[in-house]
Amino acid sequence: MTTEIAPLIVPSFDSEEHAGRKLAIICSKGSLDMAYPGLILANAALGEGVETHLFFTFWGFDMINKKTMGDLKFTMLGNTATHMPQGLGGLPGMTAMATSKLKKSIADLDVPEVPEFLEQIVASGGHLWACRMSADMNHLTEDDLYEEVEAIISASDFIEKTAGAQMLFI
Amino acid sequence: MSVITLDGRPIQVDEEGFLTDPSEWDEDLGKALATAIGITLTDEHWNAIRFLRTDFAEQGETATLRRVSTRGGIPVKKLFALFPQKPAKKMAYVSGLPKPHGCV
Repeated sequence: MTTEIAPLIVPSFDSEEHAGRKLAIICSKGSLDMAYPGLILANAALGEGVETHLFFTFWGFDMINKKTMGDLKFTMLGNTATHMPQGLGGLPGMTAMATSKLKKSIADLDVPEVPEFLEQIVASGGHLWACRMSADMNHLTEDDLYEEVEAIISASDFIEKTAGAQMLFI
Repeated sequence: MSVITLDGRPIQVDEEGFLTDPSEWDEDLGKALATAIGITLTDEHWNAIRFLRTDFAEQGETATLRRVSTRGGIPVKKLFALFPQKPAKKMAYVSGLPKPHGCV
């Protein structure tokens, strides 16, 4: 039996227009709330067939440092978007409480924690790069970093690798 | 909204070609949709498609890639190999379901 579809209305999954699209995301923050935007966008881009590179620099190093990546924190201090009195954020235990609440809301949406999210990004073909200067400042080597980080590279190497990419700084 | 026909049977689709009524789907149509986007279905493809269909029937929404990997037990890497470039959308298309709404 032949199965013929007519008229053929097919989504343009592989349109030429978007072929070769690249995205570079610079992750410079080490707080739990600021780790997610880069991860979510990277994951979305990969799911759309976009070549994606993440560069972890400054505090963003905490996202790939084995010691800290599973233990990023969220604080109300200095964050007016929580709409809570700022003084509350300074009370003992508030950061731990805010962190566990945020982690729960994220888990409720079936969104993975940072290490597992990175694993998913790599499985989707994403590239992880660590910043040379951040590594040197913190006296860290590749052994201290999440195994899937491809290399510690300089800022100029990253710019070279991502020629023609759209760039996001987070 | 448009209508396509498969062997003379009318099927409702949106302007991109995604089915608008998942109940109009059957496995022959799945095969034809896959062929239309250049994919030849193997047993591994069918595992993913059947998970999507079952999960949609239970949840009322299309599973995201993450859900297909964590609940459906098919690794993300495998899904990218089976449905290259845009696995979530391609799987939904072939399965006769709407595009997934979830971000992750």
